[in-house]
Amino acid sequence: MTPPILGIFASAVTGGVSTTSFESIATVSVGSGGAADITFSSIPSSYTHLQIRGIVFTTTTDYSPVVQVNGDTGSNYSSHILNGNGSAATGSRPNSPTEGVLFGKSYAASDTYPTGLVIDILDYKDTNKYKTMRTLGGNDRNGTGEVSLVSTLWMSTSAITSIKIYAGVNWKQYTTLALYGIKGA
Amino acid sequence: MTATYDCIATTTLSSTASTVTFSSISGSFTDLVLVITTKDSGTGANWTALQFNSDTGSNYSWTQLGGNGSTASSTRGTSTTNLRVGAISTTSYTPAIIHIMNYSNTTTNKTAVSRNSLADYPTSGSASAFVGLWRSTSAITSIDISVGGQDFASGSTFTLYGIKSE
Repeated sequence: MTPPILGIFASAVTGGVSTTSFESIATVSVGSGGAADITFSSIPSSYTHLQIRGIVFTTTTDYSPVVQVNGDTGSNYSSHILNGNGSAATGSRPNSPTEGVLFGKSYAASDTYPTGLVIDILDYKDTNKYKTMRTLGGNDRNGTGEVSLVSTLWMSTSAITSIKIYAGVNWKQYTTLALYGIKGA
Repeated sequence: MTATYDCIATTTLSSTASTVTFSSISGSFTDLVLVITTKDSGTGANWTALQFNSDTGSNYSWTQLGGNGSTASSTRGTSTTNLRVGAISTTSYTPAIIHIMNYSNTTTNKTAVSRNSLADYPTSGSASAFVGLWRSTSAITSIDISVGGQDFASGSTFTLYGIKSE
């Protein structure tokens, strides 16, 4: 085995001008009082895709993050989950037509075990197609936990202008989700 | 709106190496994204794993979800000494994208989610997702990337990006 390469890739970048097509739009961090939902509204139409990423904690176990778009509470959602719990992989299609499911489960009765989420929302402003999200999510609790790949369909051709993410119980302090926009050519 | 997704550092190995380290990572971003394309120069397929801040204690755990072309499965590691993020091959370069969430906060334990593809045509291969936990509230300032006691092959690439939310 060759010696390790240690410390040669020092990275002292502290900010500055970026030329990427990936832009921060908004961030919501939940304070000590908790929050029933996190909503990104007035989403600009100047991007091609959106990404929401962050960590979430819930006040009670066994609640999954779910999404509603543009305040649509109708039966216009469909989700498919591929979930691994450390011993088995399972696929499921939750019966949640009024909301899109984003993760198999969300445990976090304390601030000990964050659930990481990376949600890609594709062609969000395209008025010719239904909207698709894909989510990579995971929550490891050192001996238990889940990792999920989820597809979520919103059956509407409307451009997405607002996104609400909730779990049926309050988001707990230290929950942070950030919305980003990805520009096209 | 502020442009972000900045490249912090990148390297391509010109010779084998057992560990690649990104150090002195600034705390000015929200998330880190580590993009790697790696091959194991050893004699057997292994796993790519991370350690943060040179912590070699049993403070990590992970859960994996994978499919190998015929079955889907899930495994986990509990109280491990590193955080597994992907499979690695001895015959082909294997990509993985690892998202290290809220890495600089000093309040919560740290989590990383990753996706990994291993394409060893025609004999084997897999697609995987991982979640890992580092039970520490310290801000992450360095990342050691290793391959389970073996070496990364020459040509393996490692790029670290920072994403800053506003």
